[in-house]
Amino acid sequence: MDTGITIGEIQKLLNARLLCGETMLGTEVHSAYGADLMSDVLAFVKEQSVLLTGLLNLQVVRTAEMMDMKCIVFVRGKVPDEAILTLAEARGIAVMSTDYRMYSACGRLYAAGLVGLE
Amino acid sequence: MPDVVRLHYDVDGENFMAAGEASSAVKNVLRRLGFGEDLVRRAAICLYEGEINMVIHANGGAIDVSVSPQAIEMVLQDQGDGIPDIEQAMREGFSTASDRVRDLGFGAGMGLPNMRRYADSLEVTSEPGKGTRVLMTLRIAPV
Repeated sequence: MDTGITIGEIQKLLNARLLCGETMLGTEVHSAYGADLMSDVLAFVKEQSVLLTGLLNLQVVRTAEMMDMKCIVFVRGKVPDEAILTLAEARGIAVMSTDYRMYSACGRLYAAGLVGLE
Repeated sequence: MPDVVRLHYDVDGENFMAAGEASSAVKNVLRRLGFGEDLVRRAAICLYEGEINMVIHANGGAIDVSVSPQAIEMVLQDQGDGIPDIEQAMREGFSTASDRVRDLGFGAGMGLPNMRRYADSLEVTSEPGKGTRVLMTLRIAPV
């Protein structure tokens, strides 16, 4: 049985800048999903708490909201605009930005025990 | 709770960035009504994909949701161009969406398949030139 890692640990592992959701840093998460296609994210109903994506628009937050996700990581140094952060904040979703590319970011989290759900 | 809860939303077809507001509101109501996480998430996924479709393909439309003790029924009605071949539209990967829509993370031909996957029943009726009606039902398991 996995024990999960906290959103704060994710931030450290990815050397990421936290953009909103400071109160979420202690929240424990157990699985993650990486995709740029939001319909792929929506294709799996099981709870996956962290979304890694290179896509940068409001629908990323909407998708995370529908899926009850707790944290969005924008990869490859992408920084979301104010509208994205405002919506995420309102929905209680932590947002961070990492310079790692998608594959490396996912790999680092996986190696630290944050698995994907099959 | 009253026997049947009815919700109505008009979906703006002009604004892709606002798409999902109705689904978000419905999700909140379902959660407040005390339904299980899994059922709420399935309903949210179905409605959100439908709402996105309305905005992408049909210049908006109307969403009506009714929640009874037996089922959640969601009807999406638009006045768009209609779907000429529904069977083809149901196939994973089939899409008529523009590159712009694809750049936004949708339009990969997964919307209707996702709706079929997570609704207990999905009925799509469409008349070319007049619009499309989508009815999704999620059964509520007796407690």
